[in-house]
Amino acid sequence: MTDSSFSSRIPTAQQSLKIEKGAAHEIGGLVDIEINGKKFQVPFGTSILEACKEFDFHIPTLCYHDDLCIAGVCRICVVEVEGMRTLQSACTYPITQSIKIKTTSEKVRKARRHIIDLLLSDHYGECYSCVRNNNCELQSLAKEYGVDFYRFGHVKEPFYEIDNSSYSVVRDMNKCVLCRRCVRTCIDLQEVGCLEALERGYDTKISTFMDKPLAEVICINCGQCINRCPTGALRANDPSDAIWEAIDNPKKHVVIQTAPSPRAAIGEEFGLPPGHSLTRELNTALRMIGFDRVFDTNFSADLTIMEEGTELLLRLKAALVDKDPNVKLPQFTSCSPGWVKFIEHFYPDYLDHLSTAKSPQQMFGALLKTFYAQETGIDPANIVTVALMPCSAKKFECNRPEMNDSGYKDVDYGLTTRELAQMIKEAGIYLPELPKSNFDEPFGEASGAGLIFGATGGVMEAALRTAYELVTGREVPFENLNITPCRGMEGVREASIKLENVKPEWSFLEGVDLKFMIAHGTANAKKVMDKLVAGELNDVHFVEVMACPGGCIGGGGQPIPTSPEIRAARARAIYEEEAGLPIRKSHENPHVKYIYQKFLTEGPCSHLSHKLLHTHYTKRGNYIA
Amino acid sequence: MPILNKPIIFDKNNFGNGFEKGLNGRPMDIVLEIRESGLKGRGGAGFPTGTKWMLAATAVSEKKYVICNADEGEPGTFKDRMLLTEFTEELLQGMILCGYAIGAKEGYIYLRGEYEYMLSHINGTIQKFHEEGKLGKNILGKNFDFEITVRLGAGAYVCGEESALIESLEGHRGEPRNRPPYPVNTGFMGYPTVVNNVETLVTVPIIINKGAEWFRNIGTEKSRGTKLLSVSGDVEKPGIYEVPFGTKIIDMLDMVGAKDTKAVQIGGASGICIPKEELHRNLSFEDVPTGGSIIVFNKSRDMLKILKNFMEFFTEESCGQCTPCRIGNKKLLDGVNMIEQGKCSVKYLKELIELGRTMQVASKCGLGQSSPNPFISIMTHFGDEILAEHY
Repeated sequence: MTDSSFSSRIPTAQQSLKIEKGAAHEIGGLVDIEINGKKFQVPFGTSILEACKEFDFHIPTLCYHDDLCIAGVCRICVVEVEGMRTLQSACTYPITQSIKIKTTSEKVRKARRHIIDLLLSDHYGECYSCVRNNNCELQSLAKEYGVDFYRFGHVKEPFYEIDNSSYSVVRDMNKCVLCRRCVRTCIDLQEVGCLEALERGYDTKISTFMDKPLAEVICINCGQCINRCPTGALRANDPSDAIWEAIDNPKKHVVIQTAPSPRAAIGEEFGLPPGHSLTRELNTALRMIGFDRVFDTNFSADLTIMEEGTELLLRLKAALVDKDPNVKLPQFTSCSPGWVKFIEHFYPDYLDHLSTAKSPQQMFGALLKTFYAQETGIDPANIVTVALMPCSAKKFECNRPEMNDSGYKDVDYGLTTRELAQMIKEAGIYLPELPKSNFDEPFGEASGAGLIFGATGGVMEAALRTAYELVTGREVPFENLNITPCRGMEGVREASIKLENVKPEWSFLEGVDLKFMIAHGTANAKKVMDKLVAGELNDVHFVEVMACPGGCIGGGGQPIPTSPEIRAARARAIYEEEAGLPIRKSHENPHVKYIYQKFLTEGPCSHLSHKLLHTHYTKRGNYIA
Repeated sequence: MPILNKPIIFDKNNFGNGFEKGLNGRPMDIVLEIRESGLKGRGGAGFPTGTKWMLAATAVSEKKYVICNADEGEPGTFKDRMLLTEFTEELLQGMILCGYAIGAKEGYIYLRGEYEYMLSHINGTIQKFHEEGKLGKNILGKNFDFEITVRLGAGAYVCGEESALIESLEGHRGEPRNRPPYPVNTGFMGYPTVVNNVETLVTVPIIINKGAEWFRNIGTEKSRGTKLLSVSGDVEKPGIYEVPFGTKIIDMLDMVGAKDTKAVQIGGASGICIPKEELHRNLSFEDVPTGGSIIVFNKSRDMLKILKNFMEFFTEESCGQCTPCRIGNKKLLDGVNMIEQGKCSVKYLKELIELGRTMQVASKCGLGQSSPNPFISIMTHFGDEILAEHY
């Protein structure tokens, strides 16, 4: 996650008081406390909430989130601390001396009930017409506290217009409870800062710069705010009605590509614990729903490795052999559309560092309406391409005006994991118990390298497996191909591999220490970019950036809730599935080989591949486009 | 705008050479003298100033700050306005002494936005201090550096709350912070910070000059010294008065020429409403505390209208951060409107008073914790009168 040293842009009021676990003992050792009459010891600086969690005293929370700094604004977690006149919010209160806590006294229960009553009085909308029905923290609190009437009334008319302007995120502020998790997500976790509290008092609302529609402000569409919204105030822009319509239209040939991350998380929507991959059950479900073909985005992930890896080697040659001063290194990955929009807005002068390779989603879309149409003889005008993605930014990406290289809209719809789960449920299917089935030809089964794109560091690992072998003729020097320095959840990671005994044609790389960095969450990307701007990355060759914490498995379209543990479990599921696959290197994917023989005959980074598989970027800066 | 009665401590003669005397001694001598005097914060909360300074003085930090809270925004208070214009030098002295005492090199005056007209006067006085060697490097040859900057507020009542003030001063939206940690530990820019009211700081050079013992003899045991009052409402002589702590409300009313008094709102909108029957109570931290706002209502006043005015104020001035204050004040205001229209049941009124008690204990800062005070006290004391009139 992000470092404990939070951005200077976050008000101190919202910064964590947390003292690092290890440091606690050094500062003051253990503190004696009493919770509901029972005695315990906690490290100095532990919050009351953490202490209560540790010793199994349930405290309700709303504005608290595992990923975010502390706000202490909802007040639902208040507890009684002996000797203090007022109740204290458990999430904010650091234990620095011996205290006695009551978590269920009359005063506490009454206050919590009042707070829930107040929130409900100001929350417009009915649970049964809400996308978060049965997965809403406000609803759960109301149930937990036995709310059976609106003590302080209930708003009967919506006050705010729903903001549908963004391809990715829909804002319905009538359902907002002002917990400000989205604000903290946007500014702290992502360093974007397009959401902020506006107005004051009862008129306070979460909004954008000058109250503009979301599509007109600097939003990177990452959807991390959606994942952390406790209610239905933020949701993704759902295309499922249009997809159903296409499926129900016999003239349309509806195909779906499925990204690696949704399969590792969709089980959560059906009640499974995080960390169960349902790859092949999902294939069956998609066919049952009515998709004509089910393809694996990992195929185009493998293709991305070929294109992006070749591009990197070309850049290295240009820099090392041709001494071309215009070549930009390090090369940055470009498969995360949230990251692409982030760099377009915040570092518009550094776009030449981005790989020109399209994301796997867009590569696949362009091939489906060209190569696939050609192979099957289906009129591309009748092909509807759906992309199952863990991502809300993919919805924006497929609507970029430049993404029409096939002559049609390359990808028609970006569909999130949550939205697909809803479609599957609507079709009356219980996903976890379906029989397994494989992906369809002509793209078939992909390599494990494509699969691990789903987790942070995966693209780097996949690229290294291919690039190293291409250059040296040997496999990467890691046990079972597992390049462990690429893995893990640290915000920014860096490592290097030395290229030795290279093949003759790559002699200019002999002895080069291939240095790479990995960042996930745009706050971490910002750290890397600031280093680049400061000229501190001159010895780095390749940087992977994913906009979302944890990479795609933590994407803005993934099941809610999210937490570091949940994301780690999803990543584990991906790596476990990958370890058992027969092909684990992109360049060994037979379907990739086939497409370079049959269709992209001039090879990676050639003329046709540039037309279909590469793109360009827009210098957006602080202005909207 | 002078003090209308005979000043007790706020007499120019009482300042003497307190400033020089303070700087001639050791920093800790000032802290101890202030602690000994029993001075408590004049903003209303009444935290012992000496203790606050001691905490800041003993904090280990490369930087510390002194902030003068001149965001005088409590409805009905205007005594700091007088101090800022007529005791400007004494205020700067108090800040410099505080900086010397706690080891700060920088001070800020957070000036209420509406007081912008004072800016040139205060900056002129700061300039004069620089010329006289009382600000800047090596003040009065004591090898002590101190700078004072004036910053303007933007009109939010909540920025009078010290942690919201600090947020605003840092350039953020003015919203109270979670406490602990307190500003003396983690304040402006994360450094130990003393935030004191104008009146508190002006009192400092007086105490240093006249001595803690002299100061302790004024007022009551738990409330030493005097209080400046801003008196308004149904009185013959509205204005600023200085009274020793422990003064009975009724005696104060006599002094200002109040007739047919029905109630007195003490401590501004967030204070409490004292009915006629309780006018024998006294102004002190142990009985009826006040930041200085005294609003007098005579028998012609409609208490419900007064309450409505207060609740409209809080509904608008809540920072909107925490649930009890943001929505609670609106519910109390709605309740007042319902009463006005004869639509509030006694049961719901009781429910609202209970809500007010929750707000008092569950809100994040002093604003939300005190905003239900007028609702509860007016409904408690004048509930029958109000209901009789509207039902």
